[in-house]
Amino acid sequence: MRRISLGTALIFAGLLAFIVAAIGADVFASNDPLRQSLLLRLRPPGTATATAYFPLGTDDLGRDLLARILYGARASLMVAALSVSVSLLVGVTLGLMAGWFGGWVSIVAMRAVDTMLSIPAILLAVLTVAVLGPGFFNLVLVLGLTRWPRYTRVAYAQTLQVAALPYVRAAEMAGCGPGRILLRHVLPNIAGPLMVVATSEFGLMILFEASLSFLGLGIQPPYPSWGSIMSAGRQYVVRAWWLTAFPGACLFGVVLCVNLFGDWLRDRVDPRSQGR
Amino acid sequence: MIALSVRDLSLAIGRTNIVDAISFDVAPGEVLALVGESGCGKSVTAQAIMRLLPAAIRQTGGEITLGATSLSNLPARAMRDLRGRQIAMIFQEPQSALDPLATVGNQIAEALRQPLAKVRAEVRQMLVEVGISDPDRRIDQHPFELSGGMCQRVMIAIALIARPAVLIADEPTTALDVTIQAQILALLRRLAAERQTAVVLITHDMGVVADIADRVAVMYAGRVAETGPTAAVFATPAHPYTALLLASIPRLSDVPKSALAVIDGQVPQPADYGAGCRFAGRCPRADRRCVAETPALRPVADGRLVACFHPVGG
Amino acid sequence: MPELKSRLLQALIAIFGVLTIVFFIMRLSGDPTLLLVPDGATAEQIAALRHVLGFDRPLLVQYGAYLLDLARLDLGQSLVQHAPVAGIVAERIPYTMALAGGALLVALGVGLPAGLAMAVWRGTWLERALAGFVLAGQSLPTFWSGLLMILFFGVYLGWLPTSGSDDLASLVMPSVALGAITMSSFARMTRIAVLDELSRDYVAAGRARGLSYGAVILRHVLRNAAIPVVTIAALEVGNLLAGAVIVETVFAWPGIGQLAIQSIASRDFLVVQTIVLFVSMVYISMNLLADLAYGVIDPRIRRDR
Ligand SMILES: Nc1ncnc2c1ncn2[C@@H]1O[C@H](COP(=O)(O)OP(=O)(O)OP(=O)(O)O)[C@@H](O)[C@H]1O
Ligand SMILES: [Mg+2]
Repeated sequence: MRRISLGTALIFAGLLAFIVAAIGADVFASNDPLRQSLLLRLRPPGTATATAYFPLGTDDLGRDLLARILYGARASLMVAALSVSVSLLVGVTLGLMAGWFGGWVSIVAMRAVDTMLSIPAILLAVLTVAVLGPGFFNLVLVLGLTRWPRYTRVAYAQTLQVAALPYVRAAEMAGCGPGRILLRHVLPNIAGPLMVVATSEFGLMILFEASLSFLGLGIQPPYPSWGSIMSAGRQYVVRAWWLTAFPGACLFGVVLCVNLFGDWLRDRVDPRSQGR
Repeated sequence: MIALSVRDLSLAIGRTNIVDAISFDVAPGEVLALVGESGCGKSVTAQAIMRLLPAAIRQTGGEITLGATSLSNLPARAMRDLRGRQIAMIFQEPQSALDPLATVGNQIAEALRQPLAKVRAEVRQMLVEVGISDPDRRIDQHPFELSGGMCQRVMIAIALIARPAVLIADEPTTALDVTIQAQILALLRRLAAERQTAVVLITHDMGVVADIADRVAVMYAGRVAETGPTAAVFATPAHPYTALLLASIPRLSDVPKSALAVIDGQVPQPADYGAGCRFAGRCPRADRRCVAETPALRPVADGRLVACFHPVGG
Repeated sequence: MPELKSRLLQALIAIFGVLTIVFFIMRLSGDPTLLLVPDGATAEQIAALRHVLGFDRPLLVQYGAYLLDLARLDLGQSLVQHAPVAGIVAERIPYTMALAGGALLVALGVGLPAGLAMAVWRGTWLERALAGFVLAGQSLPTFWSGLLMILFFGVYLGWLPTSGSDDLASLVMPSVALGAITMSSFARMTRIAVLDELSRDYVAAGRARGLSYGAVILRHVLRNAAIPVVTIAALEVGNLLAGAVIVETVFAWPGIGQLAIQSIASRDFLVVQTIVLFVSMVYISMNLLADLAYGVIDPRIRRDR
């Protein structure tokens, strides 16, 4: 049994806090994140009125910043989780098939990977969202369908290795079909490295969602996202620093925790890479 | 006169001793062979002499003297000045001991601490001396353009160009073809004699020892088991380990690498080094005393020292 | 030579792939005409435009025409600005290049020494401090760090201009914001490369002939470690150009990133398409360039070519 260090515990605590905040946003938020009040515009953190308390202040339309950040966490988590799932599914399927069947399947798949990687991800997402129109569903679809190549690479390389193992060959001789072998024997073997990639992609997706929303191409107003809160807060950065500081700090903290978690996971999955 | 003297050198990783009070001397122009099985501590001894031990390994005792200079308390700066000039070293794998991106000439010139342009003639002359043909072309080539044997000749050139008093060669021929091995050893032997360089030749090949060493120190599990003139040790080995080692060499010494495996039992690991003679577990002559007490090195016939309570023929 | 040829072929395939992907993305919405008409056009105007632009032809014919136009370097006309797209984009490229150059300078200037120090002083407090710094750089959202810098250096201290492109000083903050993530990947990569090299025999051999540890690193380790670092340096240039989309928006920097976002707002999609194609071509060429750079650094490859 490995002992978990204080640092690791903090990473887990940070991630847990993010997930709990996202899921329980409606429980923790004491105000409606969409409710505007033009009399309470740009109030600083700690503002209290007769009926409501705004621990993190209010935004330019007088909405409760804490509530918006909590619901923003929910948007962030959902976009990241769903788009990672989509790209994981696409990428792994392609990689498994390329590794197992080889030949022209692998040639086409790997050329496609190279091509996708030649278009910088954020630009590809910007273009696609712009064509399809913004919104939650399109965002998930675009991020999911543009970020699969890294999984394909890993799944392909690992499948080549695993497919050569004696017991996999034996299962093939025993008459198992490729689908069964890939799912039952190959996939469990490559789960570790895939998890490592998925974690780093999860962090990237959170950043992409925030960036696209910041550019006005992601979650659409009035619904809150960390990126769009900051985009609105940009005009008031001098008068109302909290609109930039709090959602940004949340974003930074979550991405940091995800990256640290990714490093921790990689050291466990591949002990040779320790400290690298 | 003595060029290099090692007295009671002890090395440890953490609390585990890996080398235990070993001693030997080398005179100018003499070749001393340090032999022993893999892991017995030959390479770390060489590193300790160069004062280039890995961070994990500490010197826990002993004294190393180069000519009249004690190395143990020398400031790092002074030690660096000695390296390459007074004491040099060559390595087991010549190709990886050379920087793949630097030319041969530049790497040789570094041992003189001069830019190549200034010492080109000298470097070229050294290449000739180590038997590299076409030195004018080779001097500007990279290691990948040279064969393994040629790379080792370059390493020898690097080591000897500043005319050091002592040369340490850690298994300089293990990675080379058999035919090349003999040439490299002959070259080392000749240059050492010409330049009066004292050579510590590390090997686990008794055939190599017989070929070129004046004296031999046999190591076993971090200690010296027996030391003396090569001829005498080979004629009448006094330590049971030496005897078994020599007996297990095939008549024609052409496959010496597997020879050591013939002795029954296993070499103890540093963590398992206990009291008593470390060879006792595998020794046909061992008794209760061998297990309880550590035998000290003591003189026997022909100027030899043996660490054994029951030496062969004694 | 054969190596170089296969690299060139790979680059060509990638270029072709990028063109194809962009073509189909532009048609994802069903009717690309709708992407190109100014707001408020009537149904007849749209139909007329569809015919003029050839979007009423079969998809394959359109694809062929698109490739032909690009092969002739004809990128089309902007219906919003009534000018050739190529000119509109080209005008902005120098700004983005300056920004990417500044960011690269920041990334190399900080990332390489940091990575080197982490490898050389492995296991010390310095390594841990630098590792924290690198991790922070990797996790920073550029628009947030940009805004914080504007707030602190621009507004609070008043040292640097908060936006615009008037002088070199206004390039400082955007470069730092854009370069942070790249700096982190340089530092990580350099650390690994240097650690790999430090464990090699030639390091011990160099010290055995009297070089100091520092001299071995300067004369031998750095050049060897540079080989893997050069590749990602080239790849990072592409990422820097893409990251410019966000940084230029934050700092109102008039490069292609800002242009892309403005063009989306004004529904000038040919401009967006051209920017995506341009950045991808730069990315692919940098990749190729990195392969060539190997030859310059590594004599083993130089001779093969
Ligand atoms: N860098 C190091 N870190 C930790 N332990 C080491 C290191 N180098 C050597 N050792 C240990 O020190 C002991 C002596 O090793 P050494 O390399 O000197 O053996 P050797 O006699 O040269 O063997 P070989 O014939 O295989 O070269 C071994 O137990 C080895 O595991
Ligand atoms: Mg050794």
